[in-house]
Amino acid sequence: MATLKDVSQCVLDGDLDEIKVLVQALIDDGTDPIAIINDGLIAGMNIVAPLFKSGEMFVPEVMESADTMNEGMKLVKPLITDEDIPSKGKIIIGTVNGDLHDIGKNLLVMMMESRGYTVIDLGVDVKEEAFSAAVKEHQPNIVGMSSLLTTTMMKIESTIKQLVADGVRNQVKIIIGGAPVTQEFADDIGADGYSDDASTAVELCDLMMSEQNSPEELSA
Amino acid sequence: MAKKFTKVAYTNLDDFVYGSCPNPVTTKSGMVIGGGVVYPEINFTLPGMDINDVTMPKAATIYSNIIEGVLKRAAELYAPGVLIEFETLPDFTEHPKYGIEVNRILLNGMKEASEKYGLKTAIRTTPNDLREFSRPPIMRSGKYWETMLELYEQCAKDGSDFFSIESTGGKEIHDSALVKADIRLAIFALGILGCNDMEFLWKHLVDLSNANSCFAAGDSSCGFANTAMVLAEKGFIPHVFAAVIRVTAVPRALVAFEQGAVGPSKDCAYEGPYLKAITGSPISMEGKTAACAHLSPVGNIAAAVADTWSNESVQQVKLLSEMAPIVSMEQLIYDCRLMNAATVNGQQLMFRDLLVRSDSALDVQAYVLRPDVVMRISTELVKTQDNFLRTKLAAQLTVAELKKAIIEGKVKSDKRDMKWLDKMEKAIETIPDDPQEFYNEMKSVLDMDKFIPSEYGI
Ligand code: B12
Repeated sequence: MATLKDVSQCVLDGDLDEIKVLVQALIDDGTDPIAIINDGLIAGMNIVAPLFKSGEMFVPEVMESADTMNEGMKLVKPLITDEDIPSKGKIIIGTVNGDLHDIGKNLLVMMMESRGYTVIDLGVDVKEEAFSAAVKEHQPNIVGMSSLLTTTMMKIESTIKQLVADGVRNQVKIIIGGAPVTQEFADDIGADGYSDDASTAVELCDLMMSEQNSPEELSA
Repeated sequence: MAKKFTKVAYTNLDDFVYGSCPNPVTTKSGMVIGGGVVYPEINFTLPGMDINDVTMPKAATIYSNIIEGVLKRAAELYAPGVLIEFETLPDFTEHPKYGIEVNRILLNGMKEASEKYGLKTAIRTTPNDLREFSRPPIMRSGKYWETMLELYEQCAKDGSDFFSIESTGGKEIHDSALVKADIRLAIFALGILGCNDMEFLWKHLVDLSNANSCFAAGDSSCGFANTAMVLAEKGFIPHVFAAVIRVTAVPRALVAFEQGAVGPSKDCAYEGPYLKAITGSPISMEGKTAACAHLSPVGNIAAAVADTWSNESVQQVKLLSEMAPIVSMEQLIYDCRLMNAATVNGQQLMFRDLLVRSDSALDVQAYVLRPDVVMRISTELVKTQDNFLRTKLAAQLTVAELKKAIIEGKVKSDKRDMKWLDKMEKAIETIPDDPQEFYNEMKSVLDMDKFIPSEYGI
């Protein structure tokens, strides 16, 4: 009989065919769909993440795992309402105005999604107003900005200014990254967090979400 | 009419060395690139700042300080000549008036250095490939295409010696091939989209340079193979995958030469040794002295057959000794002095082999730059004239070459490398020889929102 542990292992192995068999078997057995997601599919990605961080897994392998998880999700999703789909939080992310580098950003999106975040990817060359409009529309918890050029890193600052001008700055945490960006720069321009790789970026988001959800923050 | 390369440019591997090549190129100032001496090629960029009408005077001052500083140091160190590269930031190409202004500042600095110190210089102007600002990219018309050409034309009229570009045709598909380590997709992107776009682009650039007494120098697989190298360096994709991509990118880069480019190919085109082996044209390379721009596992071997030696890029920031571009200038000059002294001493081959030996066994990406490997693979590549088949063959030959090298213990490898090489080998075998048939097969996996087939003539 299939177990939740088999599902996790299958995600780790990145077996796109087997996952359908396993998840369907669990559904047929009457396993709680939320448990399949949390203790099977996402639990599998939770094994993948540290292996990626320590260099034991390559990105293509992580992507296969993420695809496998999504394949399993497809079977489970129709059984639950959208609100029941567990999400750690909502993140809007994009590469700033004038910049087309997106490989690092895309990796981030994949890691965030596979660790249970809902991610809205605005793409590349995202104008200041577009970030702001997306914040208003989607009401995310976190906004992520990527910049790879010394001449576009200032666009992070102008985007933050835009969010301030539009009165939405305080409702989100802002994280930034990319080759020329540093913690010092992040502090200078008033971003809330910086990271230089995808794994720690997710940990940063986890930290921010736990701060946002802490009672102190809620009462503030 | 496009040139055809049906045989390699060398008959003796010992002639395949740095500093000289069968088809040297002479600059307006009389520097003979590939004529015996390796020249430094200096590149620099702005520190963190916005570029607009208000900040442009500041940017202009920065560039004039840089050029004055680097050329003064070059003269003090008796450089035999300096190649300057102006690789534009996107704003300089998007607003050609800014790019033209900076190019003129550099040309003027070169003229002053010639008058003051008698220093020989030349300049390579490298606009951005703006076309990818449209998503999906519009490759053959439109405002981005026209704006790019406008910058080229005026810079050539103003006196630039060389044109280059890091063109991006096919990259929109290749990016996902890289992160998925999918060799079939990579071969499609490089061998069909990339090669088709290069044909179109370089025909225009060659015509434009001929009309304005400037040389079409060459392209770079930066967006393809260097992206792979950076990803491998971060541990994100297997090093063997990046090594295979490097050679798979050769036929694409070669298209510029078929269309009439003459070199020196671009610094970040680490596939340069293959281009030199096949075309006999001079190449620019970068390695250890470009660590200011990005890390690599090919620091020494990259110099083995280089004709100009570059730092890729460095920001105008202050280091303990001097501003960073001046530091780069000094480092490049000393690197070149050593190489040129070995030549004068009759020890050029020995020096080349030391450069090769110090890196080639330590990383598969260095291994594929070994002159003997380059020559062996190049000799096979020129047997076919079809760009797609050449691309497929390049991948196939590199996989075989690396498997053999790993089994024979000639190069360090990760325990997972063989598995990846096997996987690539099997995937390449499934690719049909007919490009149309391959395209039809690929349609089901291609993200058709990302590219417009007709922009690639398919
Ligand atoms: C690959 C590459 C390209 C590819 C991009 C392909 C793509 N789809 O993205 C191509 C060839 C197209 C390209 C184009 C250009 N590039 Co480029 N490029 C690079 C290179 C070599 C690697 C970038 C990369 O993909 N790294 C791998 C990824 C995984 O790492 P990453 O992006 O850093 O992301 C990680 C972290 O930074 C972090 N992170 C990233 N974003 C974010 C966001 C958040 C919120 C967080 C928390 C974390 C985070 O997590 C990521 C995952 O681990 C860099 C070199 C370098 N040192 O970075 C140059 C580099 C950035 N490029 C440079 C230049 C100059 C250009 C061009 C102007 C070249 C030209 N003349 O045309 C154009 C500009 C195009 C444009 N308008 O943007 C220069 C910048 C110099 C400067 N003045 O700033 C660099 C530094 C190279 C150099 N040394 O000269 N480039």
